[in-house]
Amino acid sequence: MQVSITVNGQQRTDEVEPRLLLAHYLRETCGLTATNIGCDTTSCGACTVVVDGLSVKSCTVLAASTDGGEVTTLEGLAGPDGELHPMQAAFRAEHGLQCGFCTPGMVMAAIGVLADNPDPSDREVREGLEGNLCRCTGYHNIVRAVQAAAKAGPAAGQVPQAQEVEA
Amino acid sequence: MIPSPFEYVKVRSVDEALSALAEHGEDAKFLAGGHSLLPIMKLRLSVPSTLVDISGITDLSYVRVEGDQVAIGALTRHHELERSDVARAEVSILPHVAGRVGDPQVRHRGTIGGTVAHSDPASDLPTALLALDGTVVVQGPGGRREIPVTEFWLGFFETALAPDELVIEVRVPRTGADGWGYEKFTRRENDWPIVAAAAVQGRVALANMAGAVVRATATEEALARGASIAEAAALADQGTSPGSDMHGDAEYRRHLARLLTRRALERAAA
Amino acid sequence: MSILGTRVVRTEDPLFLTQGAVYTDDLTDERLTGALHATLVRSTVAHGRVLSVDTSAALEAPGVVAVVTAADLADLTPIPTGFPFVDAKYTRPWLASDVVRFVGDIIAVVLTEERYQGEDAAEMVAVDIDPLPAVVGTVASASDEVVLFPEVGTNVIASFGEPAPDDFFDGCEVVVRQRIINQRVAPVPLETRAASAVWGADGRVTLWCSNQGAQMAKAQVAAWLGLDPALVHLITPAVGGGFGAKIGADPEFALVAQVSKLVQRPVRWAESRSENLVGMLHGRGQDHQIAIGGRRDGTIEAYSLIADQDAGAYPRFAVVLPTLTMLMTAGVYAFPKVHAQARVLATNTTSIGAYRGAGRPEATAAVERAVDLFAAEIGMDPAEVRRINLIPPFDTPHTTSMGATYDNGDYAAALEKALAAAGYDELRAEQARRREAGDVRQLGIGLSVYVEITGAGGESGAPTEDATVEVHPDGTATILTGTSPHGQGHATAWAMIASDQLGIPLDKITVLHGDTDLVPKGGGTMGSRSLQQGGAAVHQAAGELVELARKRAAEKLEANPEDLVVDLGLAGLAVRGTPGVGVTFAELAADEQLLVQTTFSAAAPTFPFGAHVVVVEVDVESGKAEVVRVVAVDDAGTILNPLLADGQRHGGLAQGVAQALLEEVLYDEDGNPTTSTLADYPFISATELPSFELVDMATPTPMNPLGAKGIGEAGTIGSTPATQNAVIDAVAHLGVRHVDMPTTPMRVWRAIQQAAGQGGN
Repeated sequence: MQVSITVNGQQRTDEVEPRLLLAHYLRETCGLTATNIGCDTTSCGACTVVVDGLSVKSCTVLAASTDGGEVTTLEGLAGPDGELHPMQAAFRAEHGLQCGFCTPGMVMAAIGVLADNPDPSDREVREGLEGNLCRCTGYHNIVRAVQAAAKAGPAAGQVPQAQEVEA
Repeated sequence: MIPSPFEYVKVRSVDEALSALAEHGEDAKFLAGGHSLLPIMKLRLSVPSTLVDISGITDLSYVRVEGDQVAIGALTRHHELERSDVARAEVSILPHVAGRVGDPQVRHRGTIGGTVAHSDPASDLPTALLALDGTVVVQGPGGRREIPVTEFWLGFFETALAPDELVIEVRVPRTGADGWGYEKFTRRENDWPIVAAAAVQGRVALANMAGAVVRATATEEALARGASIAEAAALADQGTSPGSDMHGDAEYRRHLARLLTRRALERAAA
Repeated sequence: MSILGTRVVRTEDPLFLTQGAVYTDDLTDERLTGALHATLVRSTVAHGRVLSVDTSAALEAPGVVAVVTAADLADLTPIPTGFPFVDAKYTRPWLASDVVRFVGDIIAVVLTEERYQGEDAAEMVAVDIDPLPAVVGTVASASDEVVLFPEVGTNVIASFGEPAPDDFFDGCEVVVRQRIINQRVAPVPLETRAASAVWGADGRVTLWCSNQGAQMAKAQVAAWLGLDPALVHLITPAVGGGFGAKIGADPEFALVAQVSKLVQRPVRWAESRSENLVGMLHGRGQDHQIAIGGRRDGTIEAYSLIADQDAGAYPRFAVVLPTLTMLMTAGVYAFPKVHAQARVLATNTTSIGAYRGAGRPEATAAVERAVDLFAAEIGMDPAEVRRINLIPPFDTPHTTSMGATYDNGDYAAALEKALAAAGYDELRAEQARRREAGDVRQLGIGLSVYVEITGAGGESGAPTEDATVEVHPDGTATILTGTSPHGQGHATAWAMIASDQLGIPLDKITVLHGDTDLVPKGGGTMGSRSLQQGGAAVHQAAGELVELARKRAAEKLEANPEDLVVDLGLAGLAVRGTPGVGVTFAELAADEQLLVQTTFSAAAPTFPFGAHVVVVEVDVESGKAEVVRVVAVDDAGTILNPLLADGQRHGGLAQGVAQALLEEVLYDEDGNPTTSTLADYPFISATELPSFELVDMATPTPMNPLGAKGIGEAGTIGSTPATQNAVIDAVAHLGVRHVDMPTTPMRVWRAIQQAAGQGGN
């Protein structure tokens, strides 16, 4: 079947198997390998991307169901001149990543946390990231990063496409 | 892991959904948020021949007051229910419980109709709906019918829904913003409950104490007789049949059912 | 001012945060164009005879190019354990055709054109197995009623130490004995294992795989496949966490190379998480019998630890884990008599290997629990019992009765710092108040004081590491290291070390690793060795490069070498007293290649130490424990980059809390794993942890010029028993003395019930 999906601001049309998971569509059809797959059971959140403004686990969404939708992955966050998204910048400044495998999903989920709550407490960040597992950081610096990003203003809780739509 | 191959049909209305299901036969399944179905398909515990994707039926997503009831469209996502001003004012246990389902990403996709139709005995929203004495509205080729929640969940992944029917709405009484308690016991915040108890106006429902969500009838009868919360809660596990797993054996689950019922009732009374 | 010791953000991060790191399954190398996908068919039976493997239906499935079974690999020798003291008959078949010994044993490899086709076809491989009784747990194993390797005749793979003398505890006023389970856990790096292989026309294989040290992995793959090592080019792409479980090669990596050779096509393999949870090494898995004796004044006189190590089905690193446990038996304590003894036992389960700490956390967990049990028995505050029994501060090497030579340490200072930071007295007062009030939420305060051994390993077991530093004519520099980062930040840290000596800015220094053609020698990253050996090697190489440059600069400038000093602003050498006048390293490199390759040898391993205080609240009605504070004093000598060191501490602390509170790999009595997805295995998430309170302490080691000890595993070693002790402490007033890990709500609740039933107060 054919799907038309806007990925990181670029619309594309692809022939896909109905069972193709969005995560594999992004990684293999689109060649966007930042989005990682860390489990089979919708548990780890490494595959989190933003679909139509909301964070979702792309291992549990069909590419077919995303037909006509807008997807943002980690690769779609930085500005055209390479300027880091406030959440990316905060993860670097606060050392919110080590091996980097959970990071693309964690960053996308963290943007979602701030979209819901622009000034979360330590506990609220943790609850907002309960669907994203990290083995390296003990979550300590991830929480710091999200709170630091919150101080950067509303852009930290938005993906670029959403900003354009709202503007 | 990936699902076995299947055919895929996207529909835009309830009528289209019902005819697609009729056309593709018994092994076809509806796909809404997909967060109950796709995980078991990836583990190949479910192998449907066709998925009828109903997520595009936009007019099944709403929360509104209808007379003395609140009506919730089957495709209302947990995230939407959690944030619904109508739900918060009219039946605030539901947005609270919707906010306790899974994690934010799951709540962004999962729908109330999906969780109702799935009938997992550990499911949060069915537990709350059972305590609310709600109604499930279903539609099939022969038209609509309303099924009381007390008759809807029959067992593990088993409901009163006929194979050719679709859940289209859930209705609950307007119980207001207070007077309820929900106690979910987990090891990790986003786990399925080992046991959960929901209490609303003298009714108590339990998650994970039997093949499906169940009412704590002995507790309810004791409360109706005027028993104290402690006395009534001590009966909460009567008539249940909890299983044993690594998180808790049957004895521990029975203890939790009594404890959580007491706490839910105390909170409802506070 | 030196950059060393300052907080420097990582140079790795911009790529990781914008494009994502390139892990093995992300590779787009053109040599892998048209690669087949390997899907492994694994046993679903723990122990049984393989009656038949029928591949006919699978061969007809769409996209299937081949289904490889044992007969196709008959030319290969079964995989040896690699441990000379283990019976050579313990070998692992490449593919099981006779007996399967655990759920996950590999039976066949399905090769398909596309990834999705592999799972469909793998389901169609019909395997008929006649089940045998399964051996689960060390008790069943030691009984030898069912033996995994009848040709060996016993499940006892190895034994270490002798029984304690009969009079070991004679004279003790109090002796406490306890069986303690240090449960099996799953390492769960977020990146599962993956490998890709392609053979060149020259008969050389290029193998990409996820591991913690390319050189060791290469040596193993070559040996297993019977290849000249020169014919193996192993490349380690970015690695998404290892935690010990990715040390060396796994048989799957060599298998991918071998099937690629068979079908003469490039092959890729990436396991699913469900496969990973049965196929990758597990950690811990020791059953302890401890006994501790002493006087009622708090003096401990004798301590004994007997450990049974579950090795799983095929002996891997579990074989040596108990030797590390035994070495560190007495930890920070000056017990006059110490005894340790261990066995390693085969079971029908996934093999056990190294996991963050690898043998040392087990030692610390046992002794820290033992000290608390002793304190409870004599009714003394556990902090006071520790004060009485700690080894006094020392700054020259101290050799323990178990044969470990600690470099230096001040355990009492670490303990006092931790107690002060936690507000120990106030916590005890609050605990007393809640006990008095009969609160539902009781407070528990858990302590641990630890010492561990780091930097013990290296290539061929010696504490050495290689480094190469080269400065290029354009002013950039390249560092080659035999260490193998998978999250630790070596690219930043090694660049800091070189920059500090050469003045070349961080963004002009490239750190390369993990390619055996580029870096033929190296010990990888494990055992908290990287900075003290790999970092020290970079330090040494940069220093030697300065000396080489000094000779050449002296000629070029017609100056006396002694008159030339490093000018960091210049990134070169200047004549003393005339800063800015001289020659840059880049200019010297333009004249002639400016490169130094060196080997650093550490004097000896180092022994970081610390003290942790964990505070929990336990709901005594449900038994659920919640960690509310984690206070950690960790002394790893001189800190190179506090950003990175603190990150290591955070991650280690979380994994320790995870083991104490939540995580356990479980099997049913038939050897079926019941925690083989992340829906069932309770991997700790952000909501189960507080933010950590780190307290700094730095006692430089004399064993390397950086003064650094290892920090990778310390957090886990300290926090595991501190958390367990805290949970037990919260319900101690109800009569509970011990709860095994993980301290699940049901276990805690049941312990309270049992204590009440036994008349506990």
